[in-house]
Amino acid sequence: MPQNLTVTTPSDLEVKMVRVFDAPQALVFEAHSSCEHVKHWWGRGNPLDCEMDFRVGGAWRFVEHAPDGDWAFRGEYRDIEAPNRIVQTFEFEGMPGQICVETLELTEEGGKTTVTSVTRFDTKEERDGMIESGMSEGAGQSYDALAAYLAKLS
Amino acid sequence: MDRLSEVFSALADPTRRAILARLAEGEATVNEIAEPFPISLQAVSKHLKVLERAGLITRGKEAQWRPCRLDAAPLRGVAEWVTEYRRFWEERYDELGTYLTKIQKEN
Repeated sequence: MPQNLTVTTPSDLEVKMVRVFDAPQALVFEAHSSCEHVKHWWGRGNPLDCEMDFRVGGAWRFVEHAPDGDWAFRGEYRDIEAPNRIVQTFEFEGMPGQICVETLELTEEGGKTTVTSVTRFDTKEERDGMIESGMSEGAGQSYDALAAYLAKLS
Repeated sequence: MDRLSEVFSALADPTRRAILARLAEGEATVNEIAEPFPISLQAVSKHLKVLERAGLITRGKEAQWRPCRLDAAPLRGVAEWVTEYRRFWEERYDELGTYLTKIQKEN
């Protein structure tokens, strides 16, 4: 299933992602709620160090050991409503002090769970800094590719 | 507002995204652009102004026709940003999908 993650920009400081998982909502929620589960997927196939205190006000810290280096992220849980909603802060330790807020919402239909995540950046510097390389002028992209990209956004 | 913010804002509206998708097929006049939309010409003109300000379209000088053209350059910045962002989360969520399948089988 190619492109089963949709990414849109509902405003200039927000990124919204939607993904459907073939699993019940309670399980998808659980997969976000303890290191035992998170270490199996958050590292994108790379080993992950995980610390989390999964309660409102509790902190989390993940270190992904990727082939190109170690990447550390941290944050705090702002709101938890099992099994529907998690609001947390997200900070890349490579850019300390630039903190965004992620709101994760889960809904279930016909045994499949939709995860909708909205990341809100405080400032455009944070948004731009998140993906520095994305700002570079890329190789020529055809109008066909752009049309496909726009169709995806619609 | 900086250019990337203007582009993000311009893309935040579904009608404006549809207008850009139409212009990706080729230049068009305001009337041609407005045709598929159940909104007034005036409303379409407003959307075109937002897109023009964001540098996403340019408008011809030819008298009253003033055809609109897509300018892909600023879109590229956003497209690349979104592509990079998507790449990370796609890999992460693919792993989650695989993991969820695995633990469901085990239970």
